[in-house]
Amino acid sequence: MNQKLRIDRVHLIHQLRQMLRIRRFEEKCTQLYAEEKIRGFLHLYIGEEAIAVGVMSVLKPEDQIVATYREHGHALAHGLSMGSILAEMFGRTNGCSRGRGGSMHLFDKQMNFYGGNAIVAGGLPLAAGLAMANKKQHREAVTVCFFGEGAVAEGEFHEAMNLAVLWKLPVLFVCENNGYAMGTALSLSESETNLARKASAYGMASSQVDGMNVVDVESATSSALELIKATSQPYFMECKTYRFRGHSSFDGQLYREKEEIRQWEEKGPVIRLQNWLKENNHFNEEELDELESEIKAEIEAAIEFAEGGAWEDIRDLCKDVYSPTQEGEPG
Amino acid sequence: MDRENDNVKEIVMPSLGADMAEGMLVEWLVKRGDSVKRGDIIAVIETQKGAIDMEVYYTGVISEILHEPVVTLPVGTVMARVELTEASDREVAATAAPQMDTTVPEIDTAPQMDTTVPEIDTAPQMDITVSEINTAPQIDTTSPQVVTAAGRGSVIASPIVRKVALEKRLDLTSIKGSGPLGAILLRDLPETTKEMRVSTSASKQLSGVTKSMRGAIAAAMTKSKNEIPHFYQSLDIELSNALAWLKKTNEDRSPELHILLLALLLKAVAKTLTKYPDLNGFYQANQFVHAEEIHIGNVISLRQGGLVVPAIHHVDKLSVDETMQAIRDISARGRNGHLRSSELTDASITITNMGERGTDSVFAVIYPPQVAIIGFGKIRKTPQLVDGELVNSEVMSVCLSADHRVIDGMLGAKFLNALSKQLQKPELL
Amino acid sequence: MNAQTLTYREALRAGIEQALEDDERVFLMGEDVGRYGGCYAVSKGLFDYYGEQRIIDTPLCESGFVGVGIGAALGGLRPIVEVMTVNFSLLAMDQIVNSAATLRHMSGGQFNIPVVIRMACGAGRQLAAQHSHSWENFYAHIPGLKVLSPATHSDARHMLGQALRDPDPVIIFEHVMLLNESGEVSELPEADMESALVRRQGDDLTLITYGGCLNKALAAANKLAELNISAEVVDLRCLRPLDTDTFLASVEKTHRAIIIDEGWKTCSLAGEISAIIMDQGFWTLDAPVKRLCTAEVPIPYPSHLEQAALPQVEQIVEMAQAIMEGR
Repeated sequence: MNQKLRIDRVHLIHQLRQMLRIRRFEEKCTQLYAEEKIRGFLHLYIGEEAIAVGVMSVLKPEDQIVATYREHGHALAHGLSMGSILAEMFGRTNGCSRGRGGSMHLFDKQMNFYGGNAIVAGGLPLAAGLAMANKKQHREAVTVCFFGEGAVAEGEFHEAMNLAVLWKLPVLFVCENNGYAMGTALSLSESETNLARKASAYGMASSQVDGMNVVDVESATSSALELIKATSQPYFMECKTYRFRGHSSFDGQLYREKEEIRQWEEKGPVIRLQNWLKENNHFNEEELDELESEIKAEIEAAIEFAEGGAWEDIRDLCKDVYSPTQEGEPG
Repeated sequence: MDRENDNVKEIVMPSLGADMAEGMLVEWLVKRGDSVKRGDIIAVIETQKGAIDMEVYYTGVISEILHEPVVTLPVGTVMARVELTEASDREVAATAAPQMDTTVPEIDTAPQMDTTVPEIDTAPQMDITVSEINTAPQIDTTSPQVVTAAGRGSVIASPIVRKVALEKRLDLTSIKGSGPLGAILLRDLPETTKEMRVSTSASKQLSGVTKSMRGAIAAAMTKSKNEIPHFYQSLDIELSNALAWLKKTNEDRSPELHILLLALLLKAVAKTLTKYPDLNGFYQANQFVHAEEIHIGNVISLRQGGLVVPAIHHVDKLSVDETMQAIRDISARGRNGHLRSSELTDASITITNMGERGTDSVFAVIYPPQVAIIGFGKIRKTPQLVDGELVNSEVMSVCLSADHRVIDGMLGAKFLNALSKQLQKPELL
Repeated sequence: MNAQTLTYREALRAGIEQALEDDERVFLMGEDVGRYGGCYAVSKGLFDYYGEQRIIDTPLCESGFVGVGIGAALGGLRPIVEVMTVNFSLLAMDQIVNSAATLRHMSGGQFNIPVVIRMACGAGRQLAAQHSHSWENFYAHIPGLKVLSPATHSDARHMLGQALRDPDPVIIFEHVMLLNESGEVSELPEADMESALVRRQGDDLTLITYGGCLNKALAAANKLAELNISAEVVDLRCLRPLDTDTFLASVEKTHRAIIIDEGWKTCSLAGEISAIIMDQGFWTLDAPVKRLCTAEVPIPYPSHLEQAALPQVEQIVEMAQAIMEGR
């Protein structure tokens, strides 16, 4: 176990707050989507919060994140402002990607947040490339790459894993195994469902973590980063989790039983931490209520921010396809 | 959307997917008067992807049910109302997305770096009456007039023929076409119109080239001023003899055989250069090399802007008449873009002469790698003292710009004076 | 004018060498570019001189290593990614289209991807259907990419440097039939990266082409001159964005055009250029714009069939004659 891990009350309440922020935000997004304020696709992170929160709490500002289309939680946990995230989903110019990307394409250069990718496994080679750039330029940063277990079927997963080990690239691969790739259960798509084993096939160190326990995730991440730094090798962390809602907004969930969902919900990350804190007298109802109202206020402020955002002028339609001609340095 | 007050919220048919326009209300799980908590499932909606449980976003009491199953309703339709029981549970009201202007402006299909669309101006700027012709749409409406003037739509002609016909007010029905389906092609048009057409389009090509031409001029002039230490000398040359000789010579000639002063100037320069070869050559790689031949560049300005500087080759070996012919030839070809590349690169010295439209003197910029350029000003009538008497005189300022690495003031002065002498005896040129 | 004579291959190599010398962020990555010396010997000798940090041999995983190159460019380096041939690039299309071409736009302009991807292309070596593609049009279709086709030795020498200085992703196509040819290499680039060039002046018709077909067009122009037909030859050089000003000005002068394109005719670049001429140059035309492209067949193996499928000098000459005769 890592000495730096803090299991004190203050930190745990912070983790709870972070998870609740994500939870309430995602719930609000469902309503906003139903009201047609958010359009296109909406992929909710409800149930998986512990992973984003646990991992992000160990990272440093210079570390880079590559995530998937289910990245609201990662963006929030990493520190992108709720307003800019929501404004992006509303399609307004004050969104983090200036409204051009929407829910699946949150980017923030200042925060080293590299999306927001909608091609399953598409982010893995990019993460490896970012890590290569860090290494060649002697930067201490680690590139963290989040993806679902569905990605392990894609060729790009295997290619990226191989390259990362072969070239000793400092990448932390975080596989959020929620059991279903859209509507297909893992057992129906993988001959080898023990995902950490796939990492060993490439000679990569790995661990399997209870993705519903934010403390475990944080601890495992801490160890992983230490190992990456010590060995200059990438690392694979499989986090077992479950998503409580459908794949995206429009999902009849015909592929799984309601009972299964209910069982997972009972051991959800938020409930578990909340209960643990209460049982150990670290926390009481008033504090929880206060937390909830603060979060509610933050959400309402975000909505106001987003609704106040401008619609981009149609005459700027073809902007940012290419760099302006005088541009010098890359991003 | 009408709400009685902030305490009553509407429950609408939700959008559950990117392409969902309507949903089928299949079942209510609550009725009027029931208490509901945020997150409770209160109805079942049937969509293309199957039945979906609909949740309520408010905590309160169902105050109205507006639609009974089974009914298909558009997304956004109010289906029920709930009266809030928690005063603090004030959600931000749902407002529809603003009506976006759905008309999309014309986006050019060519990929572009900025938002302006590069356009080729199809209207040539020549003296023919084509200024009213703009881009395609206008021509489209006018050309049928040309055709229908003599009978509806029976003429097939290529687009360029139609355009020329419009410009020249040709009657296409009177022209036999040799192309496919009897189409009238360019070659079927009478000679004179074709010639004009040639110069029209060719000059278009030039203006299409003007951008890079400007760039080339800019580059050459900058280089010249950066690298060549220019110095300038000028001399007023008496031209009465020369002008008188020209008048006399041209008297018995038809206009197209008239000799212009420029021919004399060129011949004089060439002859003088044979005695002062240090002005005729190239400065390259830190040294001056004499040119073996005398090829004199002539600055020709183009009507639409920019210039070309074609050379007349071997001026020293040409007669005055041949020189004049060469001047006519390169002027015509220079203006319609038909110069040969050798003409554009071979000059060993250049002259510039704007004639009557010019100024009293012009101190021009040397075209590297040449080492001199001679500028001829306009002819001025001035009184001169000749043998103590005031005489009417016609004088021209001749200005030499020279490269001081190769030429010094003494040499320049000698050259100009020698040139002046040559021009006093035009019959010997 | 200082001009060297090099083979096209040597010109490419010289370009890569200069790039490596000029900027330490530049490195070359691709299959067999290092120890093997490059599938077409373009990078021969570079590995020994520059070492494995700057000349990187990749495993056979186009999607993976092109993605890595894109990520590296995103992270501040200047990779030259070599995809052995355009034929294998299909595997990397996702990364090229969904990452390289779109990241800038999707992020609202926050990021740019200064990656250069070089690919060998074209037919003529009897390498059969899977190794003979010309897909410049696939890539020229995509907003966010720039596409270059160096047809001359000078362009082979200098376009890489220009591409590396461009802040956006650039794809460079190098035709395999040019590699062994010798030619003059100018000291400086002949023009800026996005300009087309008139390689031969003419008055009667315009031949518009790019890449491996330029030499054929020039040869045809020579033959046509003997037949008293003066052909102007325009080398497009940059396929996205197209330098429409240059070819439109040419067609305005000559009134007739043939586009020679080694891609298959359906949905070809030639079709795009023809449409542009129709749209913006219609009133200058004395004849319909013609296209000479590869026949609608996967490239066959035997030489006579392969050559029958590809555009040839005789066909250009015939087409030109037909146009001039108003057939």
